[in-house]
Amino acid sequence: MKFNKDTFEIIFFARGGQGAKVAAEILAQAASREGKFVQAYPFFGPERSGAPTKIFLRVSDREIRTHELIFDPDVVVVMDETILDSENVITNLGDEETLIVATRKLPEEVKAKIGFSGKVVTVDANGISMEVIGQPRPNTVMLGKIIQVAAVAKLESVVDVFREIFAEKIGQEMTDKNILAIERAHDAI
Amino acid sequence: MTKKQTRLALTGGAAAAEALKHIDPDVMAVYPITPQTTIIETYAKFKADGEVTTEVIEVESEHSAISACVGASAAGARTVTATSSQGLALMHEILYIASGLRLPILLIDSARALAAPLNIHGDHSDVMGARDAGWIQIFSENGQEAYDNTIIGLKLAEKVKLPVMVIMDGFNTSHTVENLQVLDRETVQKFLGEYTPEHSLLNVDDPVTYGALALQNTYFEFKIAQAEAMQQAFADYKKVVHDYDKISGRFYDYFETYRLDEAERVIVIMGSTAGTAKDVVDRLREQGEKVGLVKINLFRPFPHAELAGVLSHVKSVAVLERAMSIGTYPPLYTEIVNTISHIEKNRPAVSSYIYSLGGREIYGKDIEKVFDDLAKGHISREIKYIGSK
Repeated sequence: MKFNKDTFEIIFFARGGQGAKVAAEILAQAASREGKFVQAYPFFGPERSGAPTKIFLRVSDREIRTHELIFDPDVVVVMDETILDSENVITNLGDEETLIVATRKLPEEVKAKIGFSGKVVTVDANGISMEVIGQPRPNTVMLGKIIQVAAVAKLESVVDVFREIFAEKIGQEMTDKNILAIERAHDAI
Repeated sequence: MTKKQTRLALTGGAAAAEALKHIDPDVMAVYPITPQTTIIETYAKFKADGEVTTEVIEVESEHSAISACVGASAAGARTVTATSSQGLALMHEILYIASGLRLPILLIDSARALAAPLNIHGDHSDVMGARDAGWIQIFSENGQEAYDNTIIGLKLAEKVKLPVMVIMDGFNTSHTVENLQVLDRETVQKFLGEYTPEHSLLNVDDPVTYGALALQNTYFEFKIAQAEAMQQAFADYKKVVHDYDKISGRFYDYFETYRLDEAERVIVIMGSTAGTAKDVVDRLREQGEKVGLVKINLFRPFPHAELAGVLSHVKSVAVLERAMSIGTYPPLYTEIVNTISHIEKNRPAVSSYIYSLGGREIYGKDIEKVFDDLAKGHISREIKYIGSK
């Protein structure tokens, strides 16, 4: 049984420098804006660029007090499919729960590869990113898919937060393209 | 009357920086060190964006940072700094000078392990190394408390004329995004009031000496005066937190009691793991277990008498802490054993647990196990290490 059953918990697996922390924080800000309680926590191991890293995200309708690491997630997001080769990403992920993987593979292929019998959603994040943005920005694409699957925040809130953080940094045109990529992933089945 | 507040989601470091922005101190002398960086990088942005007028002094080491603070504070400036771990250790010599000179410097510490071996993660070793330095020490559980304690700490420092250390857990709080309510600049400025030191080096109409020589004939009395000021800090702390409650609706006593009604088994703890432990207490209470929690907010001065009043009704106490005192019992346990000695009869049994050194994970189930130990009477003088391999 889950310890915090009224809190939705996501673990992100990524590689250091891929921007998974920012992705989780965008979701946290978006959910917070909707009045939800959030907690986003990067797990820094021997951190260096390219090393596997984990980010934890909690979203709840009530105050979040615990500071323990998430050990029984509702959703696991894998931002880099090569992590499937080295990390056990499905610890405590039940058959009713969902694994989202950025890959061109089919869900069945991922299931067979890691021996998981729950739900798997795959997203060709690099493909969509190259097509819409013209650059590999898989995390942007993944944001759209995560909120479609996990509904931790509304699409509009995520788009608003993304625009506020990035409009000044990357310019209006690139911001619009990134937002289009978020929407594309959100609407893709 | 409580003021209107803004709800944000920030890391604990950014939350402390937000409070510093509302304070807008005259001087901030800093040297960057993980995991204090979330505080000073956020504040540097405020400075670059023109949101604050603080003279930010970037120095070449923490020894210089606190030395610059001593100079600025003695000159009469409202002065702050922030550090962590080796940085706090490097400040050690000057910490005693700041408190001995009765300078109301505010230091925010992102508590972290000490080398060797090298470790950048959270525990309370750095803070405990400074516990006898004559500074007031206030612990924070989360980003909200890091924000609130920063404002409370500065007000208290100036009121009692002692330096104050506000502590948050490195990474667990400093790098974790959480929700909090923040006041506005005008409210905070009004709460603090303008800083007009009773004495300062730059007040030429009232020349004074700071850091005079005091040998066998006077040194002793200076130290006693410092100890008396620290005792006075109890009353001043109470006044400040009551006043802060009036504007914020948030009240921080010397310690927080959580579900102590008819509690038989109690955990005493400080910092971010208190939140994890409260969830455990709720769950065990649902199962009818008489458990509760005390979270220490004010570690220096330590509120023995008040705490003894609370613990006198319980059967057993487990003290959980993130520091060692190699060669003896750990610091918080030692304080609690002293606290228990204030109780006349039916003293509770006390057990010592050390957890999360160097950022080692601790889970709710580990805390449940501690309550279980108390229930089964597994209480001894042996120090127990939670989650060690």
